[in-house]
Amino acid sequence: MGKIAKSRGVSYFIESLWYNNATFSMVLGICSALAITTNLLNALVMGISVTVVLIISSTVISLLRSIIPERVRIITFMLLISTFVIMVDFILKIYLPPVSKALGPYVGLIITNCILMGRAEAFAIKQPPYYSIMDSLGSGIGYTLSIMVLAAVRELLGAGSLFGVQVLGESWAGWGLLMIPSGAFFVLGFYIMLANMIQKRFINRNVD
Amino acid sequence: MKMLILIFFASILTNNIALTYFLGMCPFIAISKNTKAASGMGMAVTYVMVITAIVNYSIYSFVLVPMGLEYLSFLIFIIVIAGIVQVLEMLVERFFPVLYVSFGIFLPLITVNCAILGLSLFMILRDYSFLEMVFYSLGSGLGWWLAIVAMAGLRRTLMLSEPLESLGDAGITVILAGFMALGFFGFSGILPV
Repeated sequence: MGKIAKSRGVSYFIESLWYNNATFSMVLGICSALAITTNLLNALVMGISVTVVLIISSTVISLLRSIIPERVRIITFMLLISTFVIMVDFILKIYLPPVSKALGPYVGLIITNCILMGRAEAFAIKQPPYYSIMDSLGSGIGYTLSIMVLAAVRELLGAGSLFGVQVLGESWAGWGLLMIPSGAFFVLGFYIMLANMIQKRFINRNVD
Repeated sequence: MKMLILIFFASILTNNIALTYFLGMCPFIAISKNTKAASGMGMAVTYVMVITAIVNYSIYSFVLVPMGLEYLSFLIFIIVIAGIVQVLEMLVERFFPVLYVSFGIFLPLITVNCAILGLSLFMILRDYSFLEMVFYSLGSGLGWWLAIVAMAGLRRTLMLSEPLESLGDAGITVILAGFMALGFFGFSGILPV
């Protein structure tokens, strides 16, 4: 029994990590994916914050799933999520003030990040806590990896650095387009394309 | 006065809330398939944006700041937004049935539209005065409306062409948005803000 439960949990994890990946497969929560990916550090902090809020809120919602009345569930999710976001905002302000300043309003905007509401509504309200944790861990890590890839491309080609450390040398002029907003859209577009291509090959190979 | 006009046009063109700050991207991509729906959504966003900005601003500066409760702002803002959207939906349905058909159906979606919450957070962050805030929220709403209608127009012409299959619907929309953002970037010369 324990083994079956474990493998089901793992399959939920993989499902939400890749097949239902918020960024490229469902195109959810891309506001922050576009806005804060100008450097890797911000992306990493943002990804971890979203993952933490996602795991806590999924667990709590899943534990309360028989108490939350159906009619007011959306507003309940929102209140729970915004409480946890306030906590994360405090932690960032205290321990990482420069990053908190750089992220600005986008920390608060985690509340309206569609990934959180989506996972709460589609998964946590129906499933026991263990599965919910696996599912939200998968979604959170999938989101974090996605925005880190975007940020790595933008920071490396746009500023020639990674995590603020110069990599490509002083002679790299910097591809300015990638640092302005439209560059974010282009990188995300090509990222979605690449992920779809990989997805297609992956699935085809499984069928053969 | 000059400042107000500057804020108004800057929030429509150079600091467009959809294309520069990436707010409200989910509906921007999901509802821009036809011009009529896009316009309805844009109208709904503009209305809700102005009303919630005024209410949130008043609550923030007359209740939260005097009592030292600024840290509750996220929670209060989201409750205010959800409440206003609910009331607005009922009022529009009851008194303006014609308007309800054109944009009322989009109202429930707006609670989770990050453009609305984002606007409230930005106006606090930038320390706007009351009048500046009104112009800023109106301009941002109109800017979002303009962007989504333009996007719907672009996507209609897209029907005649065949983009790469693996780009998918979302991918090509995102890339189109990139070109639009590049176009709006061109406005940055005209305004000093």
